[in-house]
Amino acid sequence: MKKFLALVLVFAMMFTMAACSGSSDDTIKVGVIGCYTGEVAVYGNTTFQGIELYVDELNANGGINGKKVELVKYDDKGDATEAVNAYNKLVSADNVVAIIGSVTSTPTIAVSQASEADGVPIITGTATHLDVTAYGNNMFRACFVDDLQAKTMANVAKANGVTKAAVIFNNSDSYSTGVQESFVKYCGELGIEIVASESYGKDATDFSAQLTNIAAKNPEIIFIPEYYNNVYLVAKQAREMGVTVPFYGVDGCDGVLGIEGADVSYLEGILFCNHYTTADESEVVQSFLSNYKAKYNEDPTSFSALGYDAALIMCNAIEAAGVTEASPEAYAKVIEAVRASATDGVTGHITYENADGTPTKATKVIEIKGGEYTFYGEY
Amino acid sequence: MTFLTQILNGLQIGSIYALVALGYSMVYGIIKLINFAHGEIIMVGSYLTWYMIARAGVASPIAIAVAIVGCAFLGMAIEKVAYSPLRSSPRISLLITAIGISYLLQNVAQLIFTANPRMFTNLFPGTVVIGELRLPMVTVITIAVSVVIMIGLTLLVNMTKIGKAMRAVSEDTDAARLMGINVNSTISFTFGLGSALAAIASVLYCCSYSIIEPTMGSMFGLKAFVASVLGGIGSMPGAMLGGLVIGVAESLTNGYINSSYTDAIVFGILIVVLLVKPTGFMGRTMNEKV
Repeated sequence: MKKFLALVLVFAMMFTMAACSGSSDDTIKVGVIGCYTGEVAVYGNTTFQGIELYVDELNANGGINGKKVELVKYDDKGDATEAVNAYNKLVSADNVVAIIGSVTSTPTIAVSQASEADGVPIITGTATHLDVTAYGNNMFRACFVDDLQAKTMANVAKANGVTKAAVIFNNSDSYSTGVQESFVKYCGELGIEIVASESYGKDATDFSAQLTNIAAKNPEIIFIPEYYNNVYLVAKQAREMGVTVPFYGVDGCDGVLGIEGADVSYLEGILFCNHYTTADESEVVQSFLSNYKAKYNEDPTSFSALGYDAALIMCNAIEAAGVTEASPEAYAKVIEAVRASATDGVTGHITYENADGTPTKATKVIEIKGGEYTFYGEY
Repeated sequence: MTFLTQILNGLQIGSIYALVALGYSMVYGIIKLINFAHGEIIMVGSYLTWYMIARAGVASPIAIAVAIVGCAFLGMAIEKVAYSPLRSSPRISLLITAIGISYLLQNVAQLIFTANPRMFTNLFPGTVVIGELRLPMVTVITIAVSVVIMIGLTLLVNMTKIGKAMRAVSEDTDAARLMGINVNSTISFTFGLGSALAAIASVLYCCSYSIIEPTMGSMFGLKAFVASVLGGIGSMPGAMLGGLVIGVAESLTNGYINSSYTDAIVFGILIVVLLVKPTGFMGRTMNEKV
């Protein structure tokens, strides 16, 4: 038995040594966490295509300091526990120099908390919740925060002469409740009355009770801070009940026209706040659009644009810091480099002037018109 | 007016619960099994209908018919393969087998259709206006279809030969066999009937609530199970009443209290009813037991 154990240990040692030698090859490893299956899979997959597009372009042009970037990708299914498992694997087994991820707010907040002690540089393209950057100084994002989206939509409502608004939100999701709180606050400041505030729980599919209450209060708009699947379900049930009040949404609405089997007529007239618009004439946006279309044969979403920008910012920082392998010193150098960066990305000019990892940038408002996303204005 | 609408919303989801609860109750009545795989039949029915319409491109009445027949056969097949060999073993073995079947169906669906949710197009679009009341067409159809089915089912159980056989088998299996009733085919028929009801419920459910995914059956099945226990498991009018009570309670909680408490209140009602009347609302009227 002892002999057997000794043999097993010898083998184990050989394998760990093999793993050690693996990290010193010709690539720089960057981890990617995102939701590639499950309810919000569309976000994860389109974000990853953006990241992949940038990294492929970079590698085709010689990579970073002569070394190619290798993406190590794990699926978190939009779940906090899975995301932390993925993070632990990336740091302890894969020895990545930096991480791009996750995609939605709940898992990203979990990763942010877990990574605080290790100080691994992380950039999320798309997690908009305030708390994402509230833990360590190692956490960055390429997008704006939820609070700004809520402010934008409150301003749009004010500009359209709205005096009575209703909100319907998911009370089991931090993104949804966070945007809702900010929206109510800004409406209060702008003198817009919130006549109804209704919520529903995780996995709810019947919204008729909430919509009946909202309809009874005759609001001029309904604000729905939610991801596209529920936006569609709520809009559909509202229109079928004869509720014709316009919906205002936030960036989670993006992708709603891509739902298979969806009847887009229910979505007509939805206004939502977004990160980027195809109407932008700048060269970086136009080449992104054509390259993306050429590579994946579909139109990019704002998630792809943010994934592209997140990869751009992180890879530039790795290059500026001149690191190739994971170590606490390398982590610190990359963090320093991200903080000092100024990037003209697809989603606008991105700098990190704030104390936390949130950039300052403009928001765009999109309208769904005739089954298409159209540009409504910049705020 | 709002109150009336909330009640109607509740009756809509409640009548879907009732259709599924009938399946639980009938199966319990006849072989004393809580068929936990019944919730998954709803999921299979949804995917079958969706697949026939969205992928195979057939007309919706044919798709619904395929789903009903498919589910009925699936229900009978599950009974033949998984439950009938265990008919003389302890009831706990049957219960565990039922849970196993439930997971099997969920995972097979996940393998075939992936975990990504699908959208189901409403087959009954439009709005019905009655005075000040505006109701989605699908609400009206759901309630109407359920009422018709419940009447039909009551007639079937009380007036026909097979209904008589079902009642006899549930009363005393051995005595029924001695009287020349084919117990096996009666049990098969009960499973088929219950599963067909679940398939109809799934179509009605999907038309209102659109989203279908491999795990949709578990919570829905649990609620319907609660409905059948609430009404008195084994009792058919009990299952109908239980379903409607659960649906209206959910709708009123969402509308007037707080949606966070919906499930807590539904299960709370169950606990209170069981404490006060352990047999459920109608558990004592044994003559209807099927």
